[in-house]
Amino acid sequence: MSLGSNPLRDPQDRRMPRIAGPCGLVLFGVTGDLSRKKLMPAVYDLANRGLLPPGFALVGFARRDWADQDFAKVVHDAVKEYSRTPFREETWQQLAEGFRFVRGEFGDGASFERLRETVEELDEARGTSGNHAFYLSIPPDAFPDVVGQLKEHGLAAGDGSSWRRVVIEKPFGHDLASARALNNVVSEVFPPESVFRIDHYLGKETVQNILAFRFANAMFEPVWNSNYVDHIQITMAEDIGIGGRAGYYDGIGAARDVIQNHLLQLMALIAMEDPASFEARNLRLEKQKVLSSVRIPERLDLHTARGQYCAGWQGGQKVIGYLDEDDIPNSSATETYAAIRLDVENRRWAGVPFYLRTGKRLGRRVTEVAVVFKPAPHLPFTQTSTEELGSNALVMRIQPDEGVTLRFGAKVPGTAMELRDVNMDFAYGGAFVESSPEAYERLILDVLLGDPPLFPRHEEVELSWKILDPIVQWWADNDKPEPYSSGSWGPASADEMLARDGRSWRRP
Amino acid sequence: MRVDLTDTNASTVSSALLQARLRAGSPTMGMVLTFVVVTDESTHDQAMSDARTVSMEHPSRILGVLRGARRGRPRLDAEVSVGQGASGETVLLRLSGELVDHPVSVVTPLLLPDSPVVVWWPTNAPEDPARDPLGRLALRRIADAAAATRAPTEVLKRRARHYEPGDTDLAWTRLTPWRALLAAGLDQHPVRITGATVEATRANPSADLMAAWLRCRLSVDVDLTVSDGPGITRVALHSRHGDIALDRPDGRLAYFTIPGEADRPVALQRRVTAELLAEELRRLDNDDIYQDAVQVLALSGRGRKRKAPRPPASESSAPPSARVAKQTDTRGRSKKASSS
Repeated sequence: MSLGSNPLRDPQDRRMPRIAGPCGLVLFGVTGDLSRKKLMPAVYDLANRGLLPPGFALVGFARRDWADQDFAKVVHDAVKEYSRTPFREETWQQLAEGFRFVRGEFGDGASFERLRETVEELDEARGTSGNHAFYLSIPPDAFPDVVGQLKEHGLAAGDGSSWRRVVIEKPFGHDLASARALNNVVSEVFPPESVFRIDHYLGKETVQNILAFRFANAMFEPVWNSNYVDHIQITMAEDIGIGGRAGYYDGIGAARDVIQNHLLQLMALIAMEDPASFEARNLRLEKQKVLSSVRIPERLDLHTARGQYCAGWQGGQKVIGYLDEDDIPNSSATETYAAIRLDVENRRWAGVPFYLRTGKRLGRRVTEVAVVFKPAPHLPFTQTSTEELGSNALVMRIQPDEGVTLRFGAKVPGTAMELRDVNMDFAYGGAFVESSPEAYERLILDVLLGDPPLFPRHEEVELSWKILDPIVQWWADNDKPEPYSSGSWGPASADEMLARDGRSWRRP
Repeated sequence: MRVDLTDTNASTVSSALLQARLRAGSPTMGMVLTFVVVTDESTHDQAMSDARTVSMEHPSRILGVLRGARRGRPRLDAEVSVGQGASGETVLLRLSGELVDHPVSVVTPLLLPDSPVVVWWPTNAPEDPARDPLGRLALRRIADAAAATRAPTEVLKRRARHYEPGDTDLAWTRLTPWRALLAAGLDQHPVRITGATVEATRANPSADLMAAWLRCRLSVDVDLTVSDGPGITRVALHSRHGDIALDRPDGRLAYFTIPGEADRPVALQRRVTAELLAEELRRLDNDDIYQDAVQVLALSGRGRKRKAPRPPASESSAPPSARVAKQTDTRGRSKKASSS
């Protein structure tokens, strides 16, 4: 006998956290950095916050010759080193019984047969009820093999009430054609609502903060258009170089690595109209709408810039140039800095350029969106008193200290009428008392709950490639990136690119 | 930085706060609420330290109100600190003499403009928090029945009779993980529950609230039994198929039982006060579910073991009385309508 709804649940009971239903997570690529530094600690932190179901199972799949205990040891070490919440023996005990390891190759049918047996054994012993998510933390060229094997061995579809989901990390292809090919591979096996594309740069918290800021307030929306906004700068700067990612990075470059997914998603959130509701579908519709009205510059030579870091000093440390990094060919034309101008052709944004830039080994690590306003139409002050006065700006700081900064003019105290820019800061609450879950935790929890709103669907991925492909193509056909010294804010051509429009980059 | 003020008044404290902020280079304010901690000589260290921890998640102006001896002439001493391991500002106000009866006069000038006020009594909260002079300033009034020095369950019941929207109790906050797991158990195994058992130490207010919540949600009789603790040691929902149960013998690791399946360990550690407070401050609107539970508790206090007074809430999510109260409270900013 079963009841229609659970009497212990109530929509008014908002104190009660959402615990994922019985389920398991299968990790492909357990030996990778991401798995150890982010995914395993995130699983532990979720358990520590009481958000994982009792009986949760974590299955590792890799080529190593490991037993379940060896895998558990790896997870244990990763958790001890990288988790954000304190290590508690009881949380570990809750998880430990659910660890399984399957040794295998992506191309080997027998390995996946073992995986299927393991998953079935878990359903039996841990009560995961046939609900499993497959996290593909592996290079995209291995996707077809793995996804195909999942299908062949009956792992890709649940029966009746149970679910199977797949999680893909960026990059979602390296151009429109490859993104489509990748999507075809995945969508042949999994329906769109079971595919979760993860852009770990853009945590859900950030997206929700932006949406709340834009749509929960009355005072910003009236000026959020070309009548008041002069231009918008979206920056993601990293202070590090490529580290050990040479194999992935060379030939991909900054634009494909960051602009295609992260910066264009940010741009869509800043530029989109208000959605009919915050349901997944409506949010996606609005983002797609604005992405499809993006126009790239006609003169790509004048309105884009790219660079490659060379040796220098960054933050007090001597660092090597891109071409000196391990495994990077001396002739590499891969850009580590990219800046582009985009225009949005709609009523709200006509004539307001969006400048997107990203780079490695820049002055400091920062991600922000700056909305720069037009000058006041009339200044009833003498020329000398307003010399130091810049434009008003509203900056959404995304990393490292999430918050909002408002820049406006104020009088300098004293007898002279002297105006200067000041900043007003707001910081979103700190992360303490185990409060704010890390981006990966939110992502994994959303996958387990089947809650997809903020993940991009393949339509958005394809739209972003349509924007970026001609630019990257033009770069490939023309010259090499301009060198810039490590620790600076990028190549001179990037500054010239804005100077042509009579503007300049903010120092973020 | 820290400033000690002796024999002072609220406006001096106020300008000390301003000075401290200027001298620290006017760091970001961004404080979201005023957190009033009503405390005494023996507990104020711990209480203020908990409040400071919470302020990392909810940046706030913390006003510690320490009522000293009523003897002597009226006097206010204050310790003002800005920064120092707290995100926001902290003031410890020591009241003595006749002033101990007029703390509102000190607190009122120090409240942050146009933002919510939360008051917390770490030990002995008034019986009727909403009518307490300090409680009346607040949008949310946090008591902790378990910390009452005498007869905690009686204290909880008496306070339940005076319940007003905005009242809450850490004894209830402690239950959240339990409630979430029980609800998850019923999700996994949707059966009709015929009864329930709550097992805890003697005079445990959380156990009373758990029983009241189950009575209210499930319309079944709930047995309260006594164990050696710590805290709640077992909650079981009975059904024809067996029990959906949570056993926590050691206060840390629980065992989750569902009919027909093997027991599973689940971490269910007792949380520290700062974590409980952080959960409380996350929502400042009326907690309808708590309201339902305390109302059941208030009734059960008079006649022993009354059955649940209303049908299970699966059809309508909250009783009419809760809805009315909710309407007066939705925007949260205005002072509590005393009529509700």
